[in-house]
Amino acid sequence: MRTGDAAPILAVPILLLAALPAMGFADWLTLSASGLAMGMLLFLMASGLTLIFGLMDVLNFAHGAFVGFGAFIAASVWARLPALVAAPGLAANLLALVAAGGAAALVCGGLGLVFERVVIRRVYGAHLRQILITVGAMIVAEQMSVVIWGPDALTLAKPASLASSFIVAGGAVEKFRLVAAGLGLAAFLALRLVLARTRIGLVVRAGVEDREMVEALGYRVRRLFVFVFAVGTALAGVGGAMWAVYAGTVTAALGGELTVLLFTVVVIGGLGSVSGSFLGALLVGLITNYVGFLAPKLALLSNVALMAAVLLWRPRGLLPLVRT
Amino acid sequence: MGEPALLRLAGVHTHIGRYHILHGVDLALREGRLMMLLGRNGAGKTTTLRTVMGLWRASAGEILFGGSVLTALDPPAIARLGIAYVPETMGLFAGLSVRENLLLGTGPGGLAASRIEEVLTLFPVLREKWELPAGALSGGQKQMLAIGRAMVETRRMLVVDEPSKGLAPGVIDQLIAALARLKAAGTTILLVEQNFAMAAALGDDVAVMDDGRIVHVGTMAALAADTSLQVRLLGLHLGSHQ
Repeated sequence: MRTGDAAPILAVPILLLAALPAMGFADWLTLSASGLAMGMLLFLMASGLTLIFGLMDVLNFAHGAFVGFGAFIAASVWARLPALVAAPGLAANLLALVAAGGAAALVCGGLGLVFERVVIRRVYGAHLRQILITVGAMIVAEQMSVVIWGPDALTLAKPASLASSFIVAGGAVEKFRLVAAGLGLAAFLALRLVLARTRIGLVVRAGVEDREMVEALGYRVRRLFVFVFAVGTALAGVGGAMWAVYAGTVTAALGGELTVLLFTVVVIGGLGSVSGSFLGALLVGLITNYVGFLAPKLALLSNVALMAAVLLWRPRGLLPLVRT
Repeated sequence: MGEPALLRLAGVHTHIGRYHILHGVDLALREGRLMMLLGRNGAGKTTTLRTVMGLWRASAGEILFGGSVLTALDPPAIARLGIAYVPETMGLFAGLSVRENLLLGTGPGGLAASRIEEVLTLFPVLREKWELPAGALSGGQKQMLAIGRAMVETRRMLVVDEPSKGLAPGVIDQLIAALARLKAAGTTILLVEQNFAMAAALGDDVAVMDDGRIVHVGTMAALAADTSLQVRLLGLHLGSHQ
């Protein structure tokens, strides 16, 4: 799915080490843990976007809408499970997270299926139309969120057993962030496993390289498109759900705000590359936290600067796809 | 020529954008035969193969394969009738390993050991490159892999576009051996080729195209023996271009 090259993989440890002299160890530890957790969540949301682009050549600017819906659905489920959320035991808290994430995945996967059949299938192969129609869909989805959940921000309490932090060498690492990081890492490993070890993963990787030839070999790529689109939007929903708990608040603008960040991740990683997106997400998460701490006024600029630097180094992204 | 044709093209026209490429192609390929499709560059040979595979839609006419009307089917359905296609570009997946490329040529049962052994006996170099990405292979090795992928399942018909292009003579000999083996096993083959030595070595029948039409159909042996016909149809004779 990509060219083998170790240099981009070293970008994350290099960034971690480069930040250390700029701050105290305790701050570095806290920010690094927070940055990696944020990166893992960004990957969870961006993985679907990059898969959809890689296989289907679809620029889906409405991807953030599924993240936003996922966050709102999680907030709704969260509000109905106060006993599980407030329970002191980890098992009850994780059950609440599974319920919220599962509901977000199911609804967003289902919405993705409908969106692909009704909207996306009409604009395959036409990037300009894709941009216009998916940006339009994003606006519609945002307004639908206001209609369904109201204009005010919804707040979510942190799960009781995960709200505190571990203190390591003077640095604080919030427990929930470790769970979020674990989920992102698990999603990455699961995606890698499915792509590398299963027949469907093999066909997806081949389809990313040359759709026409995959069809000439007897595989129905269009059906695979629908499946991948639904999986991608379900992942966006789970990511949105986790983000809602991570941030503790959900607004209708969330999807739109994250869309820019998710495209930054996908472009940095190399359009269509799952492993590239994973690295891109970690870099974005770390840079956001480091710059937010060291130079808050530059925080907004930091990800654009990171993208520019990566693209100057590797114009097709960190781990670009091989296309035949 | 009394046997029924496995593949029959009747009055096939193909447009690509606003260009009219095929102008009523009529062709019949009998089961178990190897037909060479010859012609100058731009005659419509590749378009004919892609139209058979459904990769470009015929704008008029009919293509029949066995009892199926190919013009009504999409490429996956056509492939599932037992037709393997090796395009001029070879159609390999550069980022996938040799093993994975072969696996994509198989059905749900995966790679059968006996078929793999057959492919690796014909192309032993693929055994050494088994887990390497196809993009790391040489041109000849890539073509071996492309032909090998078409062999890992039993096919009724093989459609191959210029397999010898740019390859060394030794590699071409290996490809000729592989195609001869498929032919001996009863596979029907439609082969576009510019290398006349290969055409003469393999072809049972020949069809010559010019300007999007079939202008000659006969046996390969007859064309190989008739220098004036070669010059008239192809602008050269077989012995001058090997």
